[in-house]
Amino acid sequence: MIIARILGTVVSTQKDERLSGKKLLIVKPINLDGTDQSGYVVAVDTVGAGYHEKVLVVAGSSARLAEGNKDCPVDSAIVGIIDSFEVNKK
Amino acid sequence: MQLARVIGTVVSTIKDESLEGRKFLIVQTLDADLQAKGKPQVALDAAGAGIGELVFWCRGKEASFPFKRDSTPTDCTIVGIVDSDSHVFKFRNP
Repeated sequence: MIIARILGTVVSTQKDERLSGKKLLIVKPINLDGTDQSGYVVAVDTVGAGYHEKVLVVAGSSARLAEGNKDCPVDSAIVGIIDSFEVNKK
Repeated sequence: MQLARVIGTVVSTIKDESLEGRKFLIVQTLDADLQAKGKPQVALDAAGAGIGELVFWCRGKEASFPFKRDSTPTDCTIVGIVDSDSHVFKFRNP
């Protein structure tokens, strides 16, 4: 899983029918100090996340195991909204 | 599976139902010499690991196997704790 922040939304009308009703969000992976990493991912939202929230994004076939994503053609899903995270490197 | 060091924790209230009660840990992936390599990941804990511990983790769909395997969305799970740093042995090149 990676930590990412929500950057925006995607609107799509013509799509696989198993994706209808799903919210697609653009997320940007971030470093542990809060700075952005390069690149972005379009992920299916399963928890009701909103703009600028930090979220947990799961990638690969595990994304299909998220609530409501069974047998959907997705490889990236938002599975949690992060309240806080803490790092103490030794 | 790969080695990693647990370096932090993540707190999340709103999450997939199947993740409730599970512990999220931030792990720094390591190379064979136990030096940090690659970007840190958030891993689900299946072994009871704590901060600072050396662990091994698995990625991909298999990461959900320690839990309810058809409904736990995780691609990175800690599946074991290495006894200590000195319990990692490497063979010398012939």
